Amino acid sequence: MSVNMNTDEAVVLASARGAFDQDWRKVANWGLICAFALIFVSLTDMPDKLDKRVIVEPLLSMGYLSLIWIPIALGNLVTREVVLEGMTQHKKGVRELVAGLSVGAIGGAGLALLIWLLDTRDLSDPLVNWNDALLEVLSFGEGVGYGAIFWILASAGLGLAGGALHVLPTTANRLLFAISLTIVLAASLESALDDISEGFRLEWLFEALFEKKGGLSVQGAIILAVFAIAWVLVLGGQAKRGRAAVTARRELSPTKVNTVGLAIIAVAAVVLPMFLGRLTNDLFTNVGLFLLLALGLNIVVGLAGILDLGYVAFFAVGGYTAAIMTSPTSPGLSPELPWWVAIFVVVFMAIVAGLFIGAPVIRMRGDYLAIVTLGFGEIIRLTVRSDWASGFTGGAQGILSIPGADIVGVATVKGTDPQQVLYLVIGFVAIAIYVSWRLENSRIGRAWMAVREDESVAEAMGINTVNSKLQAFVVGAILASFSGAIFAAKVGSVFESSFKILVSIVILVIVIVGGMGRIAGVAAGALVLVGILGGPNQPGLLAEFSEFKLLIYGALLIWMMLKRPEGLIPNVRRSRELHQEEFLQDAWLKAQANDDDDEAASGEVAPA
Amino acid sequence: MSERLLDIQNLSVTFGGLDALSDLDFHVDEGEIVSVIGPNGAGKTTFFNMISGMVTPTSGDIMFKGESLLGLDPNQVTARGIARTFQNVRLFANMTILENVMVAQHCRTKQGLMGALFQTGGFKREEQEIREHGEKVLGFFGSRLVGYRLNQPASVLSYANRRRLEIARAMATKPEVILLDEPVAGMNPKESEELTGLIGKLRDEWGFTIVMIEHDMGVVRDVSDRVVVLDHGETIAQGSYDEVSSNPAVIEAYLGRPAEEAS
Repeated sequence: MSVNMNTDEAVVLASARGAFDQDWRKVANWGLICAFALIFVSLTDMPDKLDKRVIVEPLLSMGYLSLIWIPIALGNLVTREVVLEGMTQHKKGVRELVAGLSVGAIGGAGLALLIWLLDTRDLSDPLVNWNDALLEVLSFGEGVGYGAIFWILASAGLGLAGGALHVLPTTANRLLFAISLTIVLAASLESALDDISEGFRLEWLFEALFEKKGGLSVQGAIILAVFAIAWVLVLGGQAKRGRAAVTARRELSPTKVNTVGLAIIAVAAVVLPMFLGRLTNDLFTNVGLFLLLALGLNIVVGLAGILDLGYVAFFAVGGYTAAIMTSPTSPGLSPELPWWVAIFVVVFMAIVAGLFIGAPVIRMRGDYLAIVTLGFGEIIRLTVRSDWASGFTGGAQGILSIPGADIVGVATVKGTDPQQVLYLVIGFVAIAIYVSWRLENSRIGRAWMAVREDESVAEAMGINTVNSKLQAFVVGAILASFSGAIFAAKVGSVFESSFKILVSIVILVIVIVGGMGRIAGVAAGALVLVGILGGPNQPGLLAEFSEFKLLIYGALLIWMMLKRPEGLIPNVRRSRELHQEEFLQDAWLKAQANDDDDEAASGEVAPA
Repeated sequence: MSERLLDIQNLSVTFGGLDALSDLDFHVDEGEIVSVIGPNGAGKTTFFNMISGMVTPTSGDIMFKGESLLGLDPNQVTARGIARTFQNVRLFANMTILENVMVAQHCRTKQGLMGALFQTGGFKREEQEIREHGEKVLGFFGSRLVGYRLNQPASVLSYANRRRLEIARAMATKPEVILLDEPVAGMNPKESEELTGLIGKLRDEWGFTIVMIEHDMGVVRDVSDRVVVLDHGETIAQGSYDEVSSNPAVIEAYLGRPAEEAS
C-alpha cells in the first residue's frame, strides 16, 4: 500500500512540454465525457430541484454545485498521470491548463447545446424533466444566448481551474480541498448544526455563519475558510502523526482495543443526546436503526461470507412480532405485552425465522445463495400482506397504535420522544457492537472466517460448516429483529411497505461502502448514507436529495468499487485481500529488511 | 491379527463410467509411515479424498479403529482423528498464521456463543489452550512460523513455508493419522531433505501415523516403512521400498513396456 510512496526521488523529472503538445484525442474524449455528464445531471433535474438548497447565499446553491464540480474534476483528470518508479514525469505547466480549458469548453458547449434544444424542441415525453423550469435555471432567466455563452465560458474557466490544480503546489491543493470540503459539509449539515447549536447555547455562532433563510452567509463562508486553512496548517501534521501512531500500534497488536477512543465515543453517546434537538435526535435514531441492521449483516456477510440479499426479512420479523405482541389493536392475537417482555418473543421469533430461512439457504453457495435469500426477503413481506396472514398482521392496513417501548423498572420510552428512542437505540447498538467484537475474536468467529475463505477446506479441518453458517445467520437475524422491534415502537405502526427489498439493498450498501468486516467502517457507512443522504423511507440531512438518493447511492457504490473497494474504513484482512499484490510487495520489502528466514531473504515470495 | 488402525476393503469409486479406484485394499497399522505412489492419474488424491470424506465411494468400506467412516462428513472424519493436507496448498490465506492453526482445533474445542459473549472462565482457558497448542505445533518447524510471523497473514509466506503451515494445521487438529498429499512438491532438495527428517519426527516424537502421497522417490525411500503403488485405480504392488522399486509391474507403470513386448 505504500509502494508508490517512496518512489518520488526515483522519478525522472523532465521539463514541461509545450502548450499545444497535447494528446488531442484524449482531450476530446474527456471533453465529451464532461459534456455528457453535464447534460445527464441537468436532465436528472438536480440543478432545478436542488436550487433551493443554498450553500453560500447568494453565490452558490446545491443545484449549481451539482454542475460545476464536473468541469473542475474532469479538467483535472484529463492530464493526470500515474507515475511509477523509473517513468519520466514532465513538469506541469501551460499544457495542463490548455487541456483543462479545452475539456471544460467542450463540456460547456454540450450544455449550451442542451439549452438551445430545451428552447426549440419538446422532448418532455421520454425525458420528464425536459421543461421550462430547467431552461430557466440553466439560462438564469436571461435567455438562451446568455445561458449558452455563460456556460461555455464558465465551464471553460472551471476546467482551467481544474487543470491549474496540477500546477499549484501541494499545500495549496490541500488548502483548497479543505476549504471546499468544509464549506460544502457545513452547508449540508445546516439543519443539524442549527439543532446542535441550540442545545449547546451557541445560537450566536450559528447566526454568524448562516443566513436566516438558509445557506451560509458570505462572511460565514470566509470564517469557515479561515478555520479550514488554520486546521490544515496547524493541525494537519499532527493528525497525520497521530494516525500513523495508531496504525503502527494496530499492526503490533491487531486485537488490542483503542480504550481512549472507545471511552470518548461512550461518553459522547451518553451526553450528546441531551444537547441535541428533536431533529438531530431523530436523525441519529434512524442512523442507529440502520447501524444495528448493518452490524448484523456485517456478521453474516463480512465474517461468515454469506451474501444475504433478503436481510430485511428479519427486520420485518422483529417489527411485526413487536407490533403484534404490544399493540392493543393488532388483529387476531393481541396479548398487549409490555415491550421488554415482547423483546424476548422477538428474539425467539428471530431465531425461528433464522433457522427456517437459513436451513435450506446455507446449503447453497455463491450466486445461488444470493438469489435464494433475495427470494426469501420478498416471501416474508408478501406473506405478511397475504390474506392468509392478514388475520394476524393486518395485511396492507398494517398494525397501528403500537405503544412505546417500556424498559422494566427504568423508564417508558415513548416513540414520540426522539431523545428517549435514541437512548434505546444506542443501548442496542452497544450490545450489537459488543457481540460483533467478542464473536469475531472467538472460536466461532475464526470458524466463520475459515468458512468465508474456503468452505471445503474449513470442513476438512473439522468445522461443521452448516452449523457455523447457521449460527452466523441466526445471530444476524437477532440483531436485525432488535432493530425491527425498536422501529415498531418508534414509528407506532408497521406496514409491509416499510420492509421492501430496497431496505436490504441499502443495508448491504452501508456495509460495503463503510468497510465490510470492520465495526467502525459500518458505523461510518451508516452515518454517511443514512445520516446525510437518508434511508429508504427516512429523510437524511439533505432532505432535498431524497429524490436522487438512489442515483447517488449507485454512483457512490460504483466509485467505491473502482477506487476503494475495501470501504471507507477498511477491515485489515479485506484490504489485504483486495490489494494482494501491493501487500505482498510490502511484506517482501519488510522481510528483506528484518528477516533471518533463509528463503524469504533470498527473495522467494510465492505468487498469490 | 491385531486390529488395524485404518483398514480399507474393496474400495471403488466411479466417476461417470470411469473407474477412478477399483477394488482397492489398503491398511495402515499404528505408527507406520506408508507411502502411496503411482503415475499421474493413478487415483492417489481421489483415494485421500475418499478417506477424508470429501468423495463418497461407490462400494467398499473404510474402517478406522474398527468403525466405518462411510457416510461421515469431512468434519466428522477429522473429528475421529484423520487430518490431511492438500496437494495444491489451500491455506486460509487472509487469516494469520496463528489463526490458521487455531481454527484447526475447532473440533477439539467446544466453547459456544455464550462463552464468547460472557467471557466465561472456561472460554478464556480454552482460548489460552488453543493458542498454546497452536504455537507448539508451529514450533515444530523451528523459528520459521513463529515470532513476528504469528500475526502475519498466511499469504505472505514463501511456498515452502506454506507447505509447512499446511502440515502444522493438520497437526493442530490433534489427529492420529495424517494424510500428507505431496508434502515436498515444489521444494528444493535442501528443503525436502529437512522435511523428510521432520516426517520421521512426526511419528517418533508426536506419535502420528502417516500416509503420504509423494513423487520424490528419495523422500519415499528415506521415510517409508511400506510403499503402496497405485496405477489406474488398482494396487499393483506393495512392500518395502526395495521390493517395490525392483518390481517389474511398477517399472512398467512408470516407464512403460519395452517396445518388443508391447507389440
